[in-house]
Amino acid sequence: MSFLPVRLEKRLHPSPLTALLVPVLAVFLALALGAVFLSLTGQDPLTVYGVMFGGALGSVYGLSETLVKAIPVMLCALGISLAFKMQLWNIGAEGQLYMGAFAASWLPLFHPELPVWLMLPGMFVLGMLAGGLWALLAALPRALWNVNEIITTLMLNYVAILWVDYLVYGPWKDPQGMNFPLTARFPAAAMLPSWGNSRIHAGIFFALLLALLLVFIFKYSRWGYEIKVMGSSVRAARYAGMDIKRNIYLVMFLSGAICGLAGMTEVSGITGRLQHALSPGYGYTAIIVAWLSRLHPLAIVLVSILFGVLQVGGYLVQTKGVPAAVAAMLQGAILFFVLGGEILTNYQLKWGRPDAGRQVMGKQQIGQ
Amino acid sequence: MSEQSVLVSILAAAVTAGTPILYAALGELITERAGIINLGMEGIMLVGAVSGFIAAVNTSSPWCGLLLAMLAGGLMALVHAFLTITLRANQVVSGLALTIFGTGLSGYLGKAYIGMPVPRPFQILSLEPLARIPLLGPVFFQHDILVYLSYLLVPALWVFLYRTRAGLNLRSLGENPAAADALGVNVFGLKYLYVVIGGMLAGTGGAYLSLAYAPSWLENMTAGRGWIAVALVIFALWNPLRALAGSYFFGGIDALGFRLQALGVMIPSFFLKMLPYLFTVLVLTAVLARHKNSLGAPGALGLAYDREER
Repeated sequence: MSFLPVRLEKRLHPSPLTALLVPVLAVFLALALGAVFLSLTGQDPLTVYGVMFGGALGSVYGLSETLVKAIPVMLCALGISLAFKMQLWNIGAEGQLYMGAFAASWLPLFHPELPVWLMLPGMFVLGMLAGGLWALLAALPRALWNVNEIITTLMLNYVAILWVDYLVYGPWKDPQGMNFPLTARFPAAAMLPSWGNSRIHAGIFFALLLALLLVFIFKYSRWGYEIKVMGSSVRAARYAGMDIKRNIYLVMFLSGAICGLAGMTEVSGITGRLQHALSPGYGYTAIIVAWLSRLHPLAIVLVSILFGVLQVGGYLVQTKGVPAAVAAMLQGAILFFVLGGEILTNYQLKWGRPDAGRQVMGKQQIGQ
Repeated sequence: MSEQSVLVSILAAAVTAGTPILYAALGELITERAGIINLGMEGIMLVGAVSGFIAAVNTSSPWCGLLLAMLAGGLMALVHAFLTITLRANQVVSGLALTIFGTGLSGYLGKAYIGMPVPRPFQILSLEPLARIPLLGPVFFQHDILVYLSYLLVPALWVFLYRTRAGLNLRSLGENPAAADALGVNVFGLKYLYVVIGGMLAGTGGAYLSLAYAPSWLENMTAGRGWIAVALVIFALWNPLRALAGSYFFGGIDALGFRLQALGVMIPSFFLKMLPYLFTVLVLTAVLARHKNSLGAPGALGLAYDREER
């Protein structure tokens, strides 16, 4: 990069203003790029965006559906942000969600007689336990032999989805279900309360409570501080006598458990049964949301709602003959621009040659 | 079918099922040798598969399809190169973005092509007289041209990496870019080049799926093969010959699941479909548990190179 009299200098303190502006700008740039792409493929971007955003934001129904789609993304993003803070790349939210949904479904399907005060807490515990254990499957080899958790959590996603497919196409299939890949309906005691006539369910309270809890943990607790230290430097954490292995297990388990909770709230708040294609990729959307929010729990709540808009909009544009995949495309593009823009947060442009006595900073680690 | 012909057909199927993984794995291997992790292989393969398919349908030429798939794969990788090399963005997240974007893009572009046939897919081309060697012939020499090209690519890449000056430079990019820079190697330019070549190979792997393996387009038809390719590079210890063996191993598991069902083994198909993913986790764990920290991964893998921090 020597042909320009410009160089990048690492900022000692990332500027908070750019940290806020970059994601906002990234969303607009991604939409602009999407518009160019839509017109190249023969669509009118204004119409498509009009349907997407008008539909998702323009009516009470659209708004409530946006929140409905935001809840699982919010939960999953909160879950993986916990792991990301420690530089544990849990990409397995999707599979953990499915395992949570599977375990939570077991109770109403096989013990439908349970009273509500046993049923819902039982599903809650089972869902979280299953999601957590599923994540632990990747945490164990990571802690013991440094096996890349990105690949293992991702592979386990496919396994979890196939497992749920096996159940709903096979032994758990509803005999009265007209041969659709779904289980019997849960009894009323297994359904989370929802808000008025909408599908907005109590899962949103779990998500909000969890976001506040995480803020508290990271701001005020010793454990939250430890996670941050382990995330920024394993060596420093080791010097300080922190038990890294134990925290890999603990953090991954909790991370997976929260994603499992997202699965539990989906079956008990929305579908009322376990079914094929339970999630249209909430766990993957959550990765972008977590990153876009810079792992800040409250930002995750807001960004999830924004992505709920994209998700609902993606469904709606299909009526205009536009593939719903346009939503995933926009999500990917937003992430590109955020990543590209991060250089402005972490570095500043300086004109001219470097000063002789400049400080040498540490090299960028993979997960920075 | 006699027992031998069942075995031969499974082994032959292992080669075809392993070939798309092999192309992507070689692409990832070159990329990682240059010091960059590209977790976007799944997305690149999907874009390669769909663009190759669209071009082949519209031109009736599989070669046009292959060319476009390579071009598209290279372009996708170029985005990754720009973000991670020039802008020093986080390689993990950039790769994930590439996969999410590629999944969306391929679904969008391919929507109109679902269920369409390819007018002229890559045909099987028996290599006479090699194809008549018992056992080996039907296993290795009764395939399409892309399989044969991969046979050439693997040793060529091995010789390039370990026996040429340019290959030494490539390895130095991943081991110690500062030293390479000091020796006058064009670190930034070459990193770009190899990341793009890696993407072109993954695009080829995608095109193999949609133009030869299962000539059609289906949303998410790669089904995790891009990720298996990434895992395979670790298993292969960054060596192309081991990547070949590993690809056929996974191709074999894939093929075995398929055959077992045809042979009437009463295992629900969902469990057979799980095999490649479970094996990826198991094999990866086994390799790392055995080699501990002496895997021989490129020393500067995943680190952004900053000339001023030298």
